[in-house]
Amino acid sequence: MKAASFAYHRAESKEEAVSLLSEHGDDAKVLAGGQSLIPMMNLRLARPSRLIDIGHCPELAQLERVGGTLACGATVRHVRFERADAPELAACRALSDAARLIGHAPIRSRGTIGGSLAHGDSSSEWCLMMLVLDAVIQAESGRGVRRIPAHDFFQGFFTTALAEDELLSAIELPLTTVGSALAEHSRRRGDFAIVAAATRLVADQRLRVTTARIAMGGVASQPIRMPSAEDVLHGVDLTDRRSTMEAVSEAAHMCAASIQVSDDIHASSQYRRRLASTLVRQALSRSAQDWRTAGD
Amino acid sequence: MTDEERHDGDGSTRLTVSYGINGKVSAREIDPSESLLDDLRARGFTGAHAGCEHGVCGACTVLVDGEPVRSCIVLSVQVQGAAVETVEGLGTVDRPSDLQQAFSQCRGLQCGFCTPGFLMLATALLRRDPTPDHEAIREAVSSNLCRCTGYHSIVEAIGRVSGTPRSSHDRG
Ligand SMILES: Cc1cc2nc3c(=O)[nH]c(=O)nc-3n(C[C@H](O)[C@H](O)[C@H](O)COP(=O)(O)OP(=O)(O)OC[C@H]3O[C@@H](n4cnc5c(N)ncnc54)[C@H](O)[C@@H]3O)c2cc1C
Ligand code: FES
Ligand code: FES
Repeated sequence: MKAASFAYHRAESKEEAVSLLSEHGDDAKVLAGGQSLIPMMNLRLARPSRLIDIGHCPELAQLERVGGTLACGATVRHVRFERADAPELAACRALSDAARLIGHAPIRSRGTIGGSLAHGDSSSEWCLMMLVLDAVIQAESGRGVRRIPAHDFFQGFFTTALAEDELLSAIELPLTTVGSALAEHSRRRGDFAIVAAATRLVADQRLRVTTARIAMGGVASQPIRMPSAEDVLHGVDLTDRRSTMEAVSEAAHMCAASIQVSDDIHASSQYRRRLASTLVRQALSRSAQDWRTAGD
Repeated sequence: MTDEERHDGDGSTRLTVSYGINGKVSAREIDPSESLLDDLRARGFTGAHAGCEHGVCGACTVLVDGEPVRSCIVLSVQVQGAAVETVEGLGTVDRPSDLQQAFSQCRGLQCGFCTPGFLMLATALLRRDPTPDHEAIREAVSSNLCRCTGYHSIVEAIGRVSGTPRSSHDRG
């Protein structure tokens, strides 16, 4: 199986990529790592007439501290998070833990964070992590830069808020990911998860939860947040293990009850619900434990 | 290594792509839709095999700038200027590398179709970590498919080179 022919443009800079997209956006596709796009082209599920290769733009592969956030270029590869090979990434252990769950090493060596978000697979680790971290996604075009909160970014089945002529240029992340975790289940190592849950708890100095986030994959057409289950965790005292576990169980139960799933070739709806409950419980327990360890 | 032709963007113009293969620069005119796998094979490096051609089996695994990649889902134009390593760079029939010998001795191959991919995967693993534990070898090997061996002998072969003790459940 081979890809159909296309016109190829190599952008040497972010500006060039943006201007190529303004010119050709309607019939062009951005090529980042190619780890989702090229398999689809080989299977002829995608047949773009032009590719704009952004893999040779140095500024898109950079990590930069901007005030209280980390601006992460769109083409930073999964493997860099996995190895936390920059000081900025060392404080983000949850990101390297999540990166390790993406496919296999030969996928992580090429695939990029921006490509994962633009692709928008429902069980993509990056999509889920961005939701719980309240990341902001930068979309750049000839019309300027839009800053899109992650919770407005994923709009449907492989559909995002990006317009045809917009380049996902960078992602703004918090500088630390304490209290974040991701748990997932797949039948074979490296496969996309059947169900995945990402969670984040933010706590004050007395370890009372001030913000809770739960995002789930594999349970809807796009990665989704679980706002009502999040509310259950508000104000929970993480030093009190018993009440923490009660709240965690209730939140997990609510997630499983509220998802709309049907049977498919990968899993029955009942199995998905049980996975949802188990994985939310696992991820939240790790988030809570992370704070207790950080507090010690 | 220079980027010979800039593409004007109309139609599928051919362009010259050059990169290093096992230390030697190679240039070839290609259609931009050519995968690195097809391009390597056209350049005479047929060690990388075409299995699924959509990124699932790993038979096409080669190294790009030291990292394992699936050459069927990388376009040749993406590796312009990079250093590519293939199984042809590991050893020869007369002088196989330690890893190749271990695969042979441990029966890490039967039909051999998957073997170049596993050898490149293992090469990358052992370069980053010359003494991986058993679990790290299994994790790395989980990336590729082998329809013959059942994997234990592949894990054992890699472990023989790194001196990793065999685990009790891995007697192949
Ligand atoms: C065998 C296998 C297993 C995998 N397992 C997993 C897994 O478990 N979890 C997971 O999350 N992923 C998995 N992946 C997918 C992988 O993570 C991809 O790297 C990722 O989905 C896309 O990133 P990319 O850089 O390769 O993007 P590409 O494939 O280059 O692009 C993907 C899409 O996004 C668009 N795009 C890319 N970058 C931009 C940008 N900056 N601006 C605008 N549009 C853009 C492209 O036009 C295209 O439509 C797997 C892939 C394979 C082949
Ligand atoms: S041929 Fe490349 S992964 Fe199967
Ligand atoms: S030896 Fe035959 S597929 Fe692996």
